[in-house]
Amino acid sequence: MLQIESRPFALEHGLFACIQCGKCTGGCPMALKTKLSPRTVIYRLLVAGNGFDLEGREELWDCTTCSTCYSRCPKQVNPMEMIIALRGAFVEKGRVHPNVKAAFESTFRHGNPLTMPREERRAWAKDLSVKPFETGVEYLYYVGCTPAYDPRGQQVARALVRVLQAAEVNFGILGEHENCCASEVRRLGEVGLFEMLVEENTGLFHELNVGQMFTTSPHCFNVFKNDYPKSGMQVQHYTQVLAGLVERGALKFTGKLEKTVTYHDPCYLGKHNGIFDEPRAVLKSIPGLKLIEMDRSREKSLCCEGGGGRMWLEGTNPNVRLAQLRVQEALATGAEILATACPFCLLTLDEAVKHVQAEEKIRVMDIAELAAAAL
Amino acid sequence: MTRPAALVIGGGIAGIQAALDIADAGFKVYLVERSPSLGGRMSQLDKTFPTLDCSACILTPKMVDAGRHPDIELFTYAEVTGVSGEAGRFQAQIKKKPRYVDVEKCRGCGLCAEACRLSGRIASDFNAGMGKRAAIYVPFPQAVPLVYTVDPEACVYLTRGVCGKTFKCQEACPSDAIDFTQKDEMVEVEVGAIVVATGFDVFDARRKPKFGYGVYPEVITTLEFERLASASGPTLGKIALNGRRPQKVVFIQCVGSRDKSIGVPYCSRVCCMAVAKQAHLAHDRLPGAQITVFYMDVRAFGKGSEEFYDRVRQEGILYRRGNPSEIIRRGEHVVVRAEDTLLGEPVEVEADLVVLAVGLQPRPGAEALAGMLHLKRDDDGFFQESHPKLRTMESGVPGVFLAGCCQSPKDIPDTVAQAKAAASAAMILLAGSRREHLEIEDLRVPAL
Repeated sequence: MLQIESRPFALEHGLFACIQCGKCTGGCPMALKTKLSPRTVIYRLLVAGNGFDLEGREELWDCTTCSTCYSRCPKQVNPMEMIIALRGAFVEKGRVHPNVKAAFESTFRHGNPLTMPREERRAWAKDLSVKPFETGVEYLYYVGCTPAYDPRGQQVARALVRVLQAAEVNFGILGEHENCCASEVRRLGEVGLFEMLVEENTGLFHELNVGQMFTTSPHCFNVFKNDYPKSGMQVQHYTQVLAGLVERGALKFTGKLEKTVTYHDPCYLGKHNGIFDEPRAVLKSIPGLKLIEMDRSREKSLCCEGGGGRMWLEGTNPNVRLAQLRVQEALATGAEILATACPFCLLTLDEAVKHVQAEEKIRVMDIAELAAAAL
Repeated sequence: MTRPAALVIGGGIAGIQAALDIADAGFKVYLVERSPSLGGRMSQLDKTFPTLDCSACILTPKMVDAGRHPDIELFTYAEVTGVSGEAGRFQAQIKKKPRYVDVEKCRGCGLCAEACRLSGRIASDFNAGMGKRAAIYVPFPQAVPLVYTVDPEACVYLTRGVCGKTFKCQEACPSDAIDFTQKDEMVEVEVGAIVVATGFDVFDARRKPKFGYGVYPEVITTLEFERLASASGPTLGKIALNGRRPQKVVFIQCVGSRDKSIGVPYCSRVCCMAVAKQAHLAHDRLPGAQITVFYMDVRAFGKGSEEFYDRVRQEGILYRRGNPSEIIRRGEHVVVRAEDTLLGEPVEVEADLVVLAVGLQPRPGAEALAGMLHLKRDDDGFFQESHPKLRTMESGVPGVFLAGCCQSPKDIPDTVAQAKAAASAAMILLAGSRREHLEIEDLRVPAL
């Protein structure tokens, strides 16, 4: 019988350091709507003997890997990574949700989890004169699967290209050669596929001598920066690049955008990587734009439920959606635009605006789109 | 030959106690305090746990004793700027900062402060920023010495070079004590032993942005609560925010203690009992208020502490196990979000007052003082004792002894005990130094 031996597993993941204070569960956005309790998972695991005893707990698949638990823990325990490791053991045993299985297969075959053909990966840019990346080009723009294929995501990628071109940034893309970054694959526990993609992508970046890269998605940014082997390649999120351009005076807005905007911090930019100021710096540099903050901002930003593979998994209580709560919070500020800087946040929040029938009152836009509108 | 003397750095309860003991034994003491008055942190407290003694009532007599002891020379509003020599014969430089008030003439009447253009406009450090004072001030009415000091960072004349046509304070002073020509004054003293008793600072709750300290006016620290509860505080002891008496009070333990994520791994030792005491005060002064304490573990280890913890719970104060994760705003209230770990459920508790039990930290000046005296500091920044069990008041530098929270967080009884021990250690040396040839070798601390 397969075993996850609790004590060695707990030692490996530092779970004995847990003092059961509950800061993780108290802050866990999923605990607002499901049974997920990171603290309880730790304790159950410590006393279980075999970690597979927890296999039937569907709420383990609710985790959006937002990292609130880890960021709040006073003992530096990382419940999120523990959940990812448990998922890994379950996946290895063959326990995979059909939707997730399809995403894994598509990632394996086509280099994206969206079951889209590889040949269409650069279709979004065909009329934009974006050059292919080759050695010597300053930046690799790693587009990512959602911005490459999803119609809403494509609008962001296209807007970002216009902004970068206006600022005369020397960048190129990989086109059909771009592969999924495998961030979500890793968070869903498919360790083998993740390692395969890491190898492929690292090989490609090395072959092309990529020195600097930026991404559309905070998820891709995070995985390249923190989960891939260190290679000396500098990875940035595009908002960092834009903030740098604004600061140097290389990006100037000639237009105006007389709008009240509130900004939703994506988890993988904020909580995971501490990037709170650059997106705001870009927004504040747009003439006419008025930035107001929601109560839950920065470290307290409420997760949209798009991470940790949840784009393919409904979770155990689909009737309550945190993105809808988030839209209500944005509406309460009186903002006309809910800005974000993550393709997953963009999609979940967009859908939430429709669900709460607030299309007349508020629009969800990516920072790249707002910047492009002010060129 | 001059009479053996000791230097005591820091005029809080630790420094006062050490100075009194050494002076009572017949040695000369130079007691140096950076702020305008003796008293330190203890003077800011309302009541002390677990006995509920009025802090000022038990401290003030000691301050007065130290202030008028014939063998204690007081240097308040002064700093030690350099030390040379060795055990038995140190030379210490003391900088007396200008008060711009002649201490011989000032009678402490306060007419200057009333007349000051900035009267009631400068945040009072003593009141944790909550009360207002003038640019010329005494930190609190029981100050020792009871003389006024001009705040050089606030005074209109000192910051801008001009304050109207005439100095209002000078005009108001009946003793002609105000003197803007004062400058730094350096004094050198020779001492055989040094007691370091520089105390602690409180954790800056802004470093935990999840709790919204500095953003939500309803969220305050335990130090601020002390001032609100104190009869000498900005509200004269009325626990109120903007005039409103809170009815839903939440205390949060371990803010800036036991928290590796911000580099504060240690337990601050006093917060559990300080919160128990404050919860009692809240219960006492806010009739009908719902009081909740969120905690991880309650450490009620001192004499009388467990009994006090029992008493406080039985007054109707609800202890909920779980350390809150965040505070958010919802309409009129703030909401404390936590897991009640005994229920195993996330909970939200509405509050109109949240008190963060901020931990104890080394003083920002500890590094400079360590450099001056060659003291070692531990991983947390407190001064390192020679031996964790047997030499907790010895610093590792012969002739330099430690007292109070500069060595590690501790409560008042432990602070006083260590201060008396440090004084005793200093006196052993001073008694020996009467001999012509001091056996310095005997004083060397063996390597741990």
